[in-house]
Amino acid sequence: MNEHQQTLWEFMQQQSDKLLTQTMEHIGLTFIALLLAIIIGLPLGIFIARRQKFSGIVLGIAGVLQTIPSIALLGFMIPVLGIGPKPAIAALLIYALLPVIRNTFTGITGVDPTIKEAAQAMGMSKQQILSRVELPLAMPVILAGIRTAAVINVGVATLASLIAAGGLGEFIFGGISLNNTNMILAGAIPAALLAIVFDFLLSLVQKLNVKKLKVAVRVLPIILVLLSVIYLVPSAYGSKLKAGFTPEFMGRQDGDLGLKQKYGLKIHTLVISDAVMYKAAYQKELDVISGYSTDGRLKAFNLVVLNDDKAIFPPYYAAPVVREDALKKFPDLERTLNLLAGHINDSIMTTLNYRTDYLHETPEKVAKDFLVAQHLYKPDRNGSGDVVRIGSKIFGEQYILGEMYSMLIKGYTDYRVSTKTGLGGTKICFDALTNNQIDLYPEYTGTGLLVMLQPKQKVVDSLSTDKNKTYQYVKAEFEKKYGLKWLMPIGFNNAYALMMRKQQADDLKIKTISDLKRYLDSK
Amino acid sequence: MISVQQLSKHYGDFKAVDQISFEVNEHENLILLGTSGCGKTTTLKMLNRLIEPTSGEIFFDGKNIKDQSPENLRRGIGYVLQNTGLFPHYTIAENIAIVPRLLKWDAAKIQSRTNELLEKLHLPADNLHKYPSQLSGGQQQRVGLARALIADPAVLLMDEPFGALDNITRAKIQSEFKDLDELTRKTIIMVTHDVQEAFELADRICLMDQGHIVQIGTPQELLFNPANDFVKQFLDAQRVQLEFKTVTIGNLWDRLPEGGLASISSTLNQNTSVWASLAAFENQTQQQLTIHNADGTKTVTFEQLMSAFHQYQQRPQV
Repeated sequence: MNEHQQTLWEFMQQQSDKLLTQTMEHIGLTFIALLLAIIIGLPLGIFIARRQKFSGIVLGIAGVLQTIPSIALLGFMIPVLGIGPKPAIAALLIYALLPVIRNTFTGITGVDPTIKEAAQAMGMSKQQILSRVELPLAMPVILAGIRTAAVINVGVATLASLIAAGGLGEFIFGGISLNNTNMILAGAIPAALLAIVFDFLLSLVQKLNVKKLKVAVRVLPIILVLLSVIYLVPSAYGSKLKAGFTPEFMGRQDGDLGLKQKYGLKIHTLVISDAVMYKAAYQKELDVISGYSTDGRLKAFNLVVLNDDKAIFPPYYAAPVVREDALKKFPDLERTLNLLAGHINDSIMTTLNYRTDYLHETPEKVAKDFLVAQHLYKPDRNGSGDVVRIGSKIFGEQYILGEMYSMLIKGYTDYRVSTKTGLGGTKICFDALTNNQIDLYPEYTGTGLLVMLQPKQKVVDSLSTDKNKTYQYVKAEFEKKYGLKWLMPIGFNNAYALMMRKQQADDLKIKTISDLKRYLDSK
Repeated sequence: MISVQQLSKHYGDFKAVDQISFEVNEHENLILLGTSGCGKTTTLKMLNRLIEPTSGEIFFDGKNIKDQSPENLRRGIGYVLQNTGLFPHYTIAENIAIVPRLLKWDAAKIQSRTNELLEKLHLPADNLHKYPSQLSGGQQQRVGLARALIADPAVLLMDEPFGALDNITRAKIQSEFKDLDELTRKTIIMVTHDVQEAFELADRICLMDQGHIVQIGTPQELLFNPANDFVKQFLDAQRVQLEFKTVTIGNLWDRLPEGGLASISSTLNQNTSVWASLAAFENQTQQQLTIHNADGTKTVTFEQLMSAFHQYQQRPQV
């Protein structure tokens, strides 16, 4: 897979279609929101400059909105506006509002009172004073606000990709998930350039003299509308169903690439964060999503997994990965950890995840209930031995497994336990393990194969159909390369899967991915 | 022409202007004089409704100013501010044309009237396309005056119009101001805290303190017939100079010795102030000055003039 190190330039050329689309989407999103922010913010700024007793509350609210973390704001928007451009534009609008309102207010209230008095004394009406004196004199300050808003919007618009609104965030977040620097840069560099270019252009407008400014202020709205329209150009092809895939899935061989190559699947695809993807499917915003086969939300939202009849998603056994020197240091550890082996299958894991993700039970309670039911639970021996350090990634399933291992070690041995849960992602967990920061964490064989080992495509192809082969290969390679040991598989496998709402899948008689393709191609 | 009746402006318990009444005659120049906070500017701004009075009435030519919209009222009243209040984003030409545009004059009329005023106010025509910030303070003030005068309003309100100028520029503009024919045809109400300026320019002075009128009258009445100690003390610091400038040869005529030498030419007449006459002695080498009056001609020495002035100071015939 890594024989040839692709340069950033090659990547951008190869992906130029996508890059252009994403850039256009990015510009469109930024400017629709900016235009709306001006349409709303300018009159509001004028209003509070007139009635200053309202200025505190209006600026206060706009200020508070500004402080909401962008991801959270996008989250709030989904129940109201669904996914796609609408919530993204609404969120961008909210961020752009404060600078526009505040600068309009500051600009107008900052006009020299003698000049306003002179205008009044000449016999100008309030409307005439506003349009001929206050707005023209406040314009440089107002433009500065618009400039700030534009730059903020270019930045925040990268997050639009998390809720299927497109933009350069698709590359950025895809790149982060896939550990692909070229992809990150292919999104980040154009985004940064956009910010710099817009900032520069608006700074030129701001510095124009009075005469030219009059012209510019008339032309600017037209340009804004044109830029906004870019986004409204309908996407090239639609299809009967709408798919939402994570940025990571989009770039993986065992993901969108495989779907295209092996199934020839053509579906209208949006890029979306897995945090909101399940809910969007449930709310019929999306029809097909790329989920994880053991995710609790599968059950919560009544989704079904489509059968991968051409086996493009390699099976991912979950098993604890332990440092070999830790196994020597703690002789009882291997036996204890293997107590769990074979006890949890896919549907059990899904149920456990459902209890934490959806019913909001603590991982500790879920873990204990399970161990008790399986007659594996023993009370804490309060041992005083050395400390075993358990790590876990930052999602529910890993927390539950971490808790189970912790309970088993405390109940069956005299070792003490410290848990380091919530280690960002695969790479962080793995680095912590190889750098002797933790002794073990639960990992998936597919991740070990594709993310850590990254063997040649031929090897991947030869393994992908058989989960035992994958396990054996990964186990052998990890021992050889990193001095890490894969213990016995826990039983379930957590792999990518395509999912649909059960109701819809039943109605359309879609059980496999091939069924899905046939349905999409029909008529 | 202007009648102010029982005018008050209260801000809560503070009485900025309290029950004042006065009249202004047509073509008169009334100056509202007083220290800051005395209510003079508030009074001025009530005349064009920049400030609405708490109570009281104002009539222009018998018509209550409340009977027309503030905008229409103001378009008929010239207004000159201390800091000019020129629009920084308008050229000089545009600044001058503000009121005519509001009144929807055609471009040719605006143009010709602008040129007329430029000439009268000694403003070079190439300034028209400049912006206010490119002009000197004195020029800006002239533009401010042109802006107030362009629609030829019957009434002109001036709020410390020369306050922001340096002494030399101020003296120059003040003297031009007195001679400007545009202004002699107007009823002018001007606010100032500068006693010298008030005495120089006023037909009558309205001295205010703490929202009340303390005395209203001609400069001579204020000087020689003060209504109370406040008026007296207010003028004391500059009394000598004010008296020299206020008293004219006409006032002293009867006290000057008879007989004149018609052979000595002179520009002095009965309206010349004593101050200006003394200056004439300085400029001339002769010991005597000849003054022409309707009654005849008198020739006086410096001592004779001073003596007559001294007598007048003791017992003015106002």
